[in-house]
Amino acid sequence: MSVVKKTMPAEKEASVTLPWTRMAEGGLVPRGGTAASVRTGAWRTGQMPVLDLEACIHCLRCWIWCPDSAVLLDGEKVSGIDYDHCKGCGICAQVCPPKVHAIQMVAEEVEG
Amino acid sequence: MGDSTHMPAGRRRTTMTGAEATAEAMRQIHPDVVAAYPITPQTDIVMRFARFVSDGVVQTEFVPVESEHSAISAVLGASAAGARAMTATSGPGFALMHEILYVVAGYRLPVVMPVANRALSGPINIHGDHSDTMGSRDAGWIQIFSENAQEAYDNLIQAVRIAEHPSVRLPVMVTQDGFIITHGMEIVETLADEEVRQFVGTYEPERSLLDVDHPMTVGALALQNSYFELKRQLAEAMAASRRIIADVGEAFGRLSGRYYGLTESYRMEDAELAILALGSTAGTAKVVVDELRARGQKVGLVKVRVFRPFPAAHLRDLLRHVRALAVLDRSDGYAGMGGPVFAEVKAALYGLPQGPVITNYVYGLGGRDITPEMIESVYADLGELARRASKEPERVVAEAALTPHYLGVREPDGALISALGALQLNGER
Ligand code: SF4
Ligand code: SF4
Repeated sequence: MSVVKKTMPAEKEASVTLPWTRMAEGGLVPRGGTAASVRTGAWRTGQMPVLDLEACIHCLRCWIWCPDSAVLLDGEKVSGIDYDHCKGCGICAQVCPPKVHAIQMVAEEVEG
Repeated sequence: MGDSTHMPAGRRRTTMTGAEATAEAMRQIHPDVVAAYPITPQTDIVMRFARFVSDGVVQTEFVPVESEHSAISAVLGASAAGARAMTATSGPGFALMHEILYVVAGYRLPVVMPVANRALSGPINIHGDHSDTMGSRDAGWIQIFSENAQEAYDNLIQAVRIAEHPSVRLPVMVTQDGFIITHGMEIVETLADEEVRQFVGTYEPERSLLDVDHPMTVGALALQNSYFELKRQLAEAMAASRRIIADVGEAFGRLSGRYYGLTESYRMEDAELAILALGSTAGTAKVVVDELRARGQKVGLVKVRVFRPFPAAHLRDLLRHVRALAVLDRSDGYAGMGGPVFAEVKAALYGLPQGPVITNYVYGLGGRDITPEMIESVYADLGELARRASKEPERVVAEAALTPHYLGVREPDGALISALGALQLNGER
């Protein structure tokens, strides 16, 4: 199996430097969609999914099951993987129909 | 109140159990959401409130869940959504909530929860002691202890206003001793519906998860760079709540004639010997204090009403001039530094140039009765302790602080307690 280099640089932690007196009470974040800025892809160790779009039948099982919403869609068709948020759990590869086998988990090396 | 009749709206003075008084307070508070699971001896509270819901007396959304972990989780969600949310629990159910108690406090959600204090098994026991709530004393909840049904009612109404106060925003639990208060019948004076409605006010949350125009994230990840600051905030809010609790107790007094503070001191003016207790035992001790005072003994009682935040400064003032103090714990530390209340009181009095000799009595585990005679024996012990301490202070102070006494347990020689060796508990030997 080929070794793919992880392309995404590990996300630098958002620097929080506020003293306790100035932080939002209870850690509430006064806006939505903040999960997008947390690059869960930085947690990936060892394995990453590789998608074979030729084989894919666009049944969307991987899209439904991915716990990080990391399977990208173009309209109603799977178009790729968002590696910034894919944490490499392999669920997508498990739920892809065995006869199709459009997702393979491959070994990945972290750069530098 | 066996039927489903709606209470009249005015003030009433009637006999009620603590559970009934609590359900009545909940009806008058009229929370938006109540999620609960029945557990003895809390069941009577929630059962009565559920009846109010099914009869249409209140418009509360009632969520019957499958466990207490779910009850507190549902209430957490409802509170984050901007609802005035309540639940109630007891003993093992309370223990099952332990994990989520921290989350509710950590998110600064003003949830209010009556707790019927109950022993934590095993062996299996359904009766009242304080081992349940003491186990979560550092979860970040304000803890208010009630002496009787009247206080269970009064405290719950105050709890709503304390929890939701902008400079507090913390969950509050209001405890009452299981069975002793929940199922004991007493005269209770309730306020008019309108008075309670005005006292608690309308809840206007600053933010709501349901407000789609202003989306927010509740429960975001807070790692090494922010978690500690948020916990520091929580500690600060707890400390600041002391003043709000006192203010609310004062405001409640102006309304009802029943004033409340963090502690209550009973005949402490010139007291040389004092007992410190929480919950229903404080009521029993008051009777003993009156009797001993009539016999000319300088004895007094300190009741800790608010256990979290701990009223350390109050206790230093109150106990500075006492010669000997017994802290009564309805839960044990099992070879820790005595019961949890004892450990905190000792810490609070640390370094006083002239403090009392302090000793500890663990009593009443699993609902074991505490009688006036037992309390009298403690005062007798204290007199002896004070005498000995005046001769050999260092040795006596150390001995008193390091040796917990078990009050009302059968010892091999048949004595239940040191001073009144002849006492027996309901003839059990
Ligand atoms: S490996 Fe896991 S996180 Fe990544 S795309 Fe597949 S299911 Fe999503
Ligand atoms: S599960 Fe497999 S076949 Fe289905 S859409 Fe995903 S990659 Fe394509």
